[in-house]
This record gives sequence, structure tokens and C-alpha cells, in this order.
Amino acid sequence: MSCFRLENVSYKYDKALVLNGVDLRLEPGEILGLFGHNGAGKTTSIKLILGLMTPSQGKVSVLDGEAGDPKISQYIGYLPENVMFYPQLTGHEILAHFARLKGASLRQVPELLGQVGLDDAMDSRVKTYSKGMRQRLGLAQALLGKPRLLMLDEPTVGLDPVATADLYRLLRKLRDEGTGIVLCSHVLPGVEPYIDRAAILTEGSLKAVGDLASLRRQANMPTTLSIEPESTVAALESVVNNAKASAGLMMRHDNGRLHVDVRPAEKMALVKALMASGEVRDLGIYQPTLEDVYVHFIGSGGLAHRGGAQ
Amino acid sequence: MNSIWTIARKELSDSLRNRWLIAIAIVFATLAVGIAWFGAAASGQVGYASTPATIASLASLGIFLIPLIALLLAYDAIVGEEEGGTLLLLMTYPLSRGQLLFGKFLGHGLTLALATLIGFGVAGVAIALLVEDVAVGALAVAMLRFIVSTTLLGWSFIALAYVVSVRVSEKPVAAGLALAIWFFFVLIFDLMLLGTLVASQGEFNPELLPWLLLLNPTDIYRLLNIVTFSDSAQLSGVLSLGADLPIGPSGLWLALVLWFVIPLTGAWALFRSRRI
Repeated sequence: MSCFRLENVSYKYDKALVLNGVDLRLEPGEILGLFGHNGAGKTTSIKLILGLMTPSQGKVSVLDGEAGDPKISQYIGYLPENVMFYPQLTGHEILAHFARLKGASLRQVPELLGQVGLDDAMDSRVKTYSKGMRQRLGLAQALLGKPRLLMLDEPTVGLDPVATADLYRLLRKLRDEGTGIVLCSHVLPGVEPYIDRAAILTEGSLKAVGDLASLRRQANMPTTLSIEPESTVAALESVVNNAKASAGLMMRHDNGRLHVDVRPAEKMALVKALMASGEVRDLGIYQPTLEDVYVHFIGSGGLAHRGGAQ
Repeated sequence: MNSIWTIARKELSDSLRNRWLIAIAIVFATLAVGIAWFGAAASGQVGYASTPATIASLASLGIFLIPLIALLLAYDAIVGEEEGGTLLLLMTYPLSRGQLLFGKFLGHGLTLALATLIGFGVAGVAIALLVEDVAVGALAVAMLRFIVSTTLLGWSFIALAYVVSVRVSEKPVAAGLALAIWFFFVLIFDLMLLGTLVASQGEFNPELLPWLLLLNPTDIYRLLNIVTFSDSAQLSGVLSLGADLPIGPSGLWLALVLWFVIPLTGAWALFRSRRI
């Protein structure tokens, strides 16, 4: 059973093509990061999976059923971006209302409120809540009734670092229990350690899907070596140059360290040559981060920053 | 059915919480008692005039008040959820659009029905207890008819408000259109009908004209509460047309019921095609 499966899905909004032939699937026990700039089609994809809209073309199946079927949506948890609630109700009343709608047990309500750290505030009206508290109530809402598919749109907005860490720990636990999770976020460094796979959307089509290692391979981006010389930077430079200077090599130095960009395939050869030379006091290897890979795929000009020393 | 009740229950508890229900009930009770006590003021004395006269006065007031209250209660039913950001979330729950709309209707409808029942019911009991030599049986029947028809009138305007609420995307627009609906049915419609009657100098099909009254729920309501008591000689304005209607009270009741069923169905159809 897949959590969801999009097969060649396109969606038109007033003739404008918002999604174009997207193939994407999520298996249970997996966290998928869904990334893209504003208007790339993330929200549209989520709405299709939630059954709020039907695709103009292609097939959407969710938990082995049809998107939007009440029997299916009972097992889906969703946290919308900028979640809002009825301001005049208390947190407890709201969660109880949604629990009734979802057919979840009312005993879950205080449990979940405790889990997201709202025990003390559950009898205050939501209009007195801060952004972070609303967000936590939104999370509790998404977790009602043990979802098998959880979709979170910018879940960490307004959360302090401790609450953010708590959230990711919770998501890991749910994943280990077999929940499929979709995570949309713009805070790429924040989600990087927690996602199993990433999907990058631009202008309605899927640019790349896969785990971080395979995305790096697809992107073929250089790895950066940061080397502290035993004697002088110049001596190091000559070692690097002698160790088969391939085309894509680039060097620069600052603070007495040498930074070398190297193609992934040539990395080990260079490292071995460096070690053999005895000119290396310290060595740091920096793989392209999720953010670098993302920037590579969406091809943003001005924002580009490359395989990062620090 | 469960989800419908969950939605209805929230609406009902909202109107208890913001004291709408109790406020409407108090307004109704005050009006009813006031009219009962000072009903005979026009003839130079203070006291209970008669049951038909009291009901007629109440209905005349109700025509202005009930649609306004119903529209105010219901105009933001859907558009308010959308502006508040909860509509999207609700629609991801195992809840169809129809269930949401009918749940809202049940909640708002019950609010209005309870307020009417409590407000006018209390007034009815007060009259029965305090006025000497009032025919309690006749009063009860008249009050019951008045309460039921008032509720139905309110429901029809709740349903009309929903038609607006599912269609527009901003609350102020919905409020404006709701006021326009009130203005049309309560003030303009009869004027138009009278105007047609006068301008055509009787040329207008006299068979058809009375049926036109059925196009306005407030006229049906008025016919139900006033015509059934009075001799047609006393009727004024467009209501005299009603005396020519060949359908009788049961037809009028049916028409009033249709006046909430049809707009509600329409609102449902519009809501289903709305993009979220």
C-alpha cells in the first residue's frame, strides 16, 4: 500500500498549467520533503492528494483509495500553511470539535494537547494564542486519529528551536511506526537531517526526486575540500596541481586554508594524493547541502552559493 | 449524519456563547408583550385588544425583523469560514460540502427556532396568564401558527443568505448582498407589485397576479398570519390579492416550506461547484 501515488498528473487553473505531468509516490514509513519556490505547485499537489481538487489529467490514488473519499480522509492528517482556528473557542474545544469530525476518540484530545505542550493553555481562547501556540494546536489537529498519511505545510513556522526539535523527534517516531509524511518547508537546512527523500518542483514539473545522495549524484556538484597546510599554501597548491588537475578543479585560499572544489568521482584520488604528500595538517570535506542541491536544480541566479566551507 | 450534527452543535453553542439566541428571544418576548399590552392604544385605551389583532401586529413587525435577523445570523456561514481560514481545513476532514452546509443550516435553524419558541412562547404564556377573559385555546393555536410560520420565514432567509455566502469570497460583499436581499423582499417587492397593478390599470392578467405573492416569502407569511383571521374587506395593499388565491392555508404552508428547501438546495449546488 502506498500512502499516495501521483501518476502523470497535470492540473490547469483557468487554462494556466499549474502542474505538468508529475509522477510522485510516498511509501509508508518515509518522510518526503517537498520543495519549490512559491507558486511551483507544492500546494496544488497537496490539495490534489487531499482531494480538494481533481486533476485535469492523470491519476491520483491515496492509501489505495480515491483522494477525497471520506473513508480515506479519515486517515489523513493535514497542517495547512498559516493554520487558523475559531478565535472565540478554547484550544480544547477546537480540538474536540475536530476530533468529533474525524471520528477520533475524545480521549485523544488532552493527550495530544499535552504532546504539543499546550496543557496550560488548553482552556484559554485561541485568540489569546501566539503564532507558535496556534501552530502547535494545528499539529495536534493533524495528529488526530492516528493518521497513516501526514502532510505538513511549513510546520516549524513560529516554533522555537526546542519545539522544532520536539516536532522532528515526533515525526521520526511516527515514521518509524509506519506513517508516511510529507514535509513542505523553505527552511532547508532545518529539514535536511530528517527527510528520507526530497522532491523538487519548479513551475509545475518535478525537477528531481530521490534521497540526498542520489540528488547529489544527479546534480554532479563539486565537493569542497578545506585543507590546512603543514607548511605553506603554495606547497599544497602544487600537490593539488600535480595530482592530476582535471578540468573542473577550482582553488581559492583564505585564512591560511586552501579550498578545493573537486568532482565527486575524483575526490578520493585527490584525497589520497594529499595524504601521501605529507603537506596536510587538517582536512575538512564538505558535501553539497540540500540547499545547494536545491539551488542547483531550480537554477536561481543571484542566490547561488556553492558547496560551502562553513 | 454525525458530522452534520457536529457542525450544527458548534453553531448552536456559538450562538449561546455570543448570546445571540438569548438576545433574539428577549427582543421577541419584549415585542410580543409590548404589543399585547399596548395593542389597543390606537383606540384610546391601554390593554389587550384581541388575539387576531395582536398576531397581526406581531406579524407586521416580524416581516421586518425576522428576515433581518436570519440574514445576519447566516450570511457569513461559509464565507466566514473561508476568511477565517478554517474552510480549507474542514474540507480535508471526512466531511462533504453538503454535510457542512446542512450542519450549518441545522445549527442556525435551531438557533432561530429556539429563540422564536422561547421569545414568543413566553409572551404567549404571559398573555394567557395575565389577561382576563382571553380564549386560551384560540390564543394557543394562533401563537403556535405564528411561531411555526415565523420559524419557516427565518429558515427561508437563512437559506437565501447561504446562497450568497457560498458564492462570494469576501464577508463585506456577503453582508451587502444580504442587505440587498432584505431590501428587495421586504420593501421593494410589494411596491413593484402594486406599481404593476396600478400602471397596468387592471389590464394585467388578474388570474396571475395573486400567484406572484408566492414569489415572496414575507407575503406568504403575512397571508398566513393575517388573512386567516380577517375578513378580506379589512385587507389593504397587495394583501387583498391574497384573498383571490385558490390554494388555501395548506398551499401557503407548502409554499413557505419550499421557500427554504429550494434556496438551500441551490446553495448546496453552488457550494459543490465552488473552488476551494
